[in-house]
Amino acid sequence: MPWSRDQLAQRAAKELRDGFYVNLGIGIPTLVANYIPEGMEVTLQSENGMLGMGPFPFEGEEDADLINAGKQTITALKKTSYFSSADSFGMIRGGHIDLSILGAMEVSDRGDLANWMVPGKMVKGMGGAMDLVAGVKRVVVVMEHTSKDGASKLLTRCTLPLTGVNVVDLVITDLGVFEIDKHGQQPMKLIELADGVTLEEITAKTQAPFTNGLR
Amino acid sequence: MANKVYADAKSALEGLTFDGMTVMSGGFGLCGIPENLILALRDSGVKGITVISNNAGVDGWGLGLLLETKQIRKMVSSYVGENKEFARQYLAGELELEFNPQGTLAERCRAGGAGIAGFYTKTGVGTLVAEGKETKVFNGETYVLETGLVADLSIVKAWKGDKEGNLIFRKTARNFNPMMATAGKKCVAEVEILVETGELDPDQIHTPGIFVDRIVKGAFEKRIEQRTVRQRENA
Repeated sequence: MPWSRDQLAQRAAKELRDGFYVNLGIGIPTLVANYIPEGMEVTLQSENGMLGMGPFPFEGEEDADLINAGKQTITALKKTSYFSSADSFGMIRGGHIDLSILGAMEVSDRGDLANWMVPGKMVKGMGGAMDLVAGVKRVVVVMEHTSKDGASKLLTRCTLPLTGVNVVDLVITDLGVFEIDKHGQQPMKLIELADGVTLEEITAKTQAPFTNGLR
Repeated sequence: MANKVYADAKSALEGLTFDGMTVMSGGFGLCGIPENLILALRDSGVKGITVISNNAGVDGWGLGLLLETKQIRKMVSSYVGENKEFARQYLAGELELEFNPQGTLAERCRAGGAGIAGFYTKTGVGTLVAEGKETKVFNGETYVLETGLVADLSIVKAWKGDKEGNLIFRKTARNFNPMMATAGKKCVAEVEILVETGELDPDQIHTPGIFVDRIVKGAFEKRIEQRTVRQRENA
């Protein structure tokens, strides 16, 4: 059985470490906040200008001045601070954020990422994605292994316009987990399989070459 | 001391608008947008505007209002996904669009206001946004040159302000407002609470009054784009 959305989020949560400052993208990455291990202190950054993001408000307690990067109403914590977009991206671009977890349309085995634009379709914009992948210390992608028509999203070369070049460290798909040596020469490495997924299946569904690092 | 306080948004824009002008408009989504000044800009009838704003509002609110009246010629933004009229005009070739990565857009405004002509960033290297731009290698890594942005007019929204133009923002409604306030040749700020000079704690001021030419107290709808809540646990 491939991993569900929640299982993907649970697996991505294993990349969290105590004391980390983390930026979560929209979609499945947002769910990672539900799986922060007990006793671990993780501070969530929202690129619209907030560090220390709390849960959604109770009904009737929504504040129009307090939203996350997905424009959802949220709450603050004791440790929360607010700042401008310039300071926010100073944190991001300046390498002060430990981990970014985000979605993707395509990833190459060299760590190139495409997640903002499909030519011929109305483009919504890259938002903060290009800044995040360029500046955050470690970039983890969570995505479906194949597109709706069954094509591999892990490629030797992305076909879509890029968000960043040599930026992805780890790819978690519904079929397994791959490590990428983004600045080095090591090939992409399969390190985990989803429950019930075989090496044959994931090999058949992956266009990019990889080595078997399963333990 | 010249008076910076104006009675309403309409009079606060008088003499500052002209066709073909560039306007910076603060806010992230609908959070912290200068809603009164956007309405006044619409009512001024000014045309052919280039708007620099992270987003383009939604259908029927915020900058979406200026799209409906076709007063915007070009948008410089990082994300415009919430607006059907925007998509329609863009696909029909009626609207020009320049995408900037969000952090690059923020820094371009900051740089413009601080008199910095350009800066090098890693953001966007090897992507479409770096095409045609100068690159340079620092310590073995490639950076792309981005330029500072200035506007003929910046319109911003703050929580509190005083008659001197000193501004304090609230929570995530700060976003692009402080940088944009610095990067307009003229800056008009609208506030929820306007106090006498001396009533704000000087240590708490986010935007010093030197950047603000005119200030007006507004009435605010403060629309919420995505109202998300959690259930109360039963005691």
